[in-house]
Amino acid sequence: MTYILKPRLHHPGLTTNALGFTRRDYEGKVSTLCAGCGHDSISAAIIQSCFELEIEPHRIAKLSGIGCSSKTPDYFVGAAHGFNTVHGRMPSVLTGANLANRDLLYLGVSGDGDSASIGLGQFAHSIRRGVNMTYIVENNGVYGLTKGQFSATSDRGSKSKKGVVNHDSAIDMVGLALQLGATFVARSFSGDKTQLVPLIKAAMTHRGAAFIDVISPCVQFNNHVGSTKSFDYVREHNEAVNRLDVIGQHDPIEIDHAPGTVEIVTQHDGSTLKLRKLAPHYDPSDRGKAMGYLQERAAVGEIVTGLLYVEPDAKDLHDSLDTVETPLNALDNAALVPGAGALEKLNAGWR
Amino acid sequence: MSTVRVNDFVVKFANVNGSGSASANGMFAKSIMRMGVPVAARNIFPSNIQGLPTWYEVRISEAGHMGRRGGVDLMVAMNPQTWDKDLAEIEPGGYLFYDSTKPMTPDRFRPDVNVVGVPLTAMCNAAYTDPRQRQLFKNIIYVGALAALLDIEIEVFETLISEQFQGKTRLIAPNIEALHMGRDYVLQNLEPLRLKMKRADKVGDQIFIDGNTAAGLGAVYGGATVCAWYPITPSTSLAEAFTDFCQDLRVEPETGKAKYAIVQCEDEIASIGVVVGAGWNGARAFTCTSGPGVSLMQEFVGLSYFAEIPAVIFDVQRGGPSTGMPTRTQQADLIGAAYASHGDTKHPMLLPCDPRECFEMGALAFDLSDRLQTTVFVMLDLDIGMNEWLCQPLAWDDSKVIDRGKVMTHEELEAGKDFGRYLDVDGDGIPYRTYPGVHPSKGSYFTRGTSRDRYARYSEEGSVYVDNMERLLRKFETAKALVPAPVRRDAKHPTKTGVIYFGSTTPAMHEALEMLEAQGSHLDALRVRGFPFSDEVMDFIAAHEQVFVVEQNRDAQLRVLIMNEGGIDPAKLLPVLHFDGTPITARFIAGDIAKRMAVAKITEAAE
Repeated sequence: MTYILKPRLHHPGLTTNALGFTRRDYEGKVSTLCAGCGHDSISAAIIQSCFELEIEPHRIAKLSGIGCSSKTPDYFVGAAHGFNTVHGRMPSVLTGANLANRDLLYLGVSGDGDSASIGLGQFAHSIRRGVNMTYIVENNGVYGLTKGQFSATSDRGSKSKKGVVNHDSAIDMVGLALQLGATFVARSFSGDKTQLVPLIKAAMTHRGAAFIDVISPCVQFNNHVGSTKSFDYVREHNEAVNRLDVIGQHDPIEIDHAPGTVEIVTQHDGSTLKLRKLAPHYDPSDRGKAMGYLQERAAVGEIVTGLLYVEPDAKDLHDSLDTVETPLNALDNAALVPGAGALEKLNAGWR
Repeated sequence: MSTVRVNDFVVKFANVNGSGSASANGMFAKSIMRMGVPVAARNIFPSNIQGLPTWYEVRISEAGHMGRRGGVDLMVAMNPQTWDKDLAEIEPGGYLFYDSTKPMTPDRFRPDVNVVGVPLTAMCNAAYTDPRQRQLFKNIIYVGALAALLDIEIEVFETLISEQFQGKTRLIAPNIEALHMGRDYVLQNLEPLRLKMKRADKVGDQIFIDGNTAAGLGAVYGGATVCAWYPITPSTSLAEAFTDFCQDLRVEPETGKAKYAIVQCEDEIASIGVVVGAGWNGARAFTCTSGPGVSLMQEFVGLSYFAEIPAVIFDVQRGGPSTGMPTRTQQADLIGAAYASHGDTKHPMLLPCDPRECFEMGALAFDLSDRLQTTVFVMLDLDIGMNEWLCQPLAWDDSKVIDRGKVMTHEELEAGKDFGRYLDVDGDGIPYRTYPGVHPSKGSYFTRGTSRDRYARYSEEGSVYVDNMERLLRKFETAKALVPAPVRRDAKHPTKTGVIYFGSTTPAMHEALEMLEAQGSHLDALRVRGFPFSDEVMDFIAAHEQVFVVEQNRDAQLRVLIMNEGGIDPAKLLPVLHFDGTPITARFIAGDIAKRMAVAKITEAAE
């Protein structure tokens, strides 16, 4: 329901990136979500990430499912093709799109209803196949678009706005992603842009299934006392394990003067992730320990955020299938059709 | 059976599932073809891997009747569990072939059926010690015995065995030995039957192939690069055939890399999701499934219809509803596919009648789905899909080039051509689309299953919605001329009675027409090959007073579609329905039509 058009005029003093694009070139239509919605902060972080990464906007493909979160791809990177698919099925559509053209950057945006309830199966299988994508779950622990029912990520014991207490266990998407073999797993908070932007940038430069769980309070239905996804609750219980900088292939790598607290991770494309460790013993290259640490902190009511696990030289689904470098959608008649000669040989075998 | 029947009889094998009989029986069918005589072979099998009854019915017909005839002239009864049923199916004067190792009392036989006993188990036990060998060679021994009984050239079998064990040459000699063991027993102890094979020249360059294999190859020739699927009988072998052909025909020679991507998904919903995603992004993609899978795919089919995304679904139909009869054949998904998904939707369907058309339509479906930007169903059934049929060799015209439909290019966008994703530029209801990533600043749009205007902008305006829905109808109208036209076969005498049929009913229908003609009943016949129905279908109905519609389902689904789409008076269309899960027979069709035409004649005379 976008009735308001954004003005096309730009301020002449807007800064441009190396491709000559301004931040405005990565924006989309005006959001129709509620004022103050955490999802809009995430859209802003995506815009900032794409601008800083110097991605040509049209080389991105944005896919989503159904729900408040899934409406957001219309609100960022307007020059990219977007696909608002069906409920809980974004992962399969993204998988197919990725198979058709391996050269685009795939950004899947979903919510906790879309990915933890109806779409839990597709979430799981896209992760375990290693689809090269950035999969962001905008997690508010509530069904916003249908006015406040619990979702599958709502914590046991949390209270809805109507005062109902949730008696079901919560699904921890990050824990699942780790178990399923995601090669990049992070969690952040929509209100923490300094943490979120580098995480999105790192995920977008990662080859393989990159998953980010972003806790995103629902200002209408999940920002009250008793909610464990409210702004106040998350700020009080957030335990960040690290802070991240993403350095592109062409940026000079700074030498850090505080060894022991910084870890440099080089990804397949040459980009570098510089991790400032906040939790002294946290090791993001150890999947098993990451799972243990999450459980340990969850037991004392803490929400661990930051880059939780990364496998810098991961392989993706195209590697598994050993597909050609040329995108499948660009193969021509000669490359695809074996012709009458080949058919004659086959016919002979059926006589 | 007093006179000798040459090259025209039915042999049925009754076996136990998992006993290794399939390859021996297949070899028997192929030997008939190698004798130059047309053959049709049908597997009738349970939804089970080992232990349940399975049958293999071989129709031998020099006249080329490839449908099921009905009745059995020689029953090879290798399954004690089904003995009584198998015995009952034999035509009077026919033959029962059985393992005579264990003596049986006369009350286990029929006085009007000739008994041919060969002590297969005793022969195997004498010759082999290994239990697996005893089982497998028993099958070859009965094939050897049949060769002698029916006068099939033994050299034909020797060649077939050598071909089958190419690469495993040490198995050739023992198999040929077993073959001769069966043959020698018959030559020394029994008389040849009054069913006889005689070398002929009626096969020509025809091939013996199943429809799933042909359709899988059709997908290769149709330029499909993405296949997403979930195993389900009877469609599984289609995806497997596509995989095999791709490994042979679609590997980049320089790098050894795959020019295709095949994903076995977690379910049918994910399968069609992958197909829709790939289709949206400009690759040709398909899934293959059966009725239960199509039920699961409904929501995505609606998205493909409304957001206009190419997709191809091969529906290899089986007995429904629900899990139904998973290993039996029906044509009962027509309405479900034609109007799949909620809201007002309609989808093109292609209706192949044999494996050759499975290949042709399997390739054509990709051109049509790109041209029409929608889901195209290719409706096989278990009978065509999983049985080997004798048909004309597959053919391809190298001058043909893949038709990608209306795709606006980078150059056209750059030149300033107006792009409206849902804009009907040419009046045929088909808009232009762009592939993601085509241009830095032009041609992008947001795809959604919600209502939108001609420029893909979200809109809930009633007039905008209606405009779009009416354009989709225009597009469906355009499809009428693009799907394969019906094939007409006129009676030798002018007649006011017609018959409409499609798909795997075709060979039985053609034979039934000959039977009816011999009785003096003349019908003009029309084989429908596509949905939406072209004008020729409605013209045919208009030109006849009554039209039989022959199909393999309970609810006369093709008839309903014709009535609904063409506004035809139901009284004019007479259903002929066969839906017990076995392939329809010529006798059934001819019998049902003859009865009703006779009644019609009597009524006419009385008036």
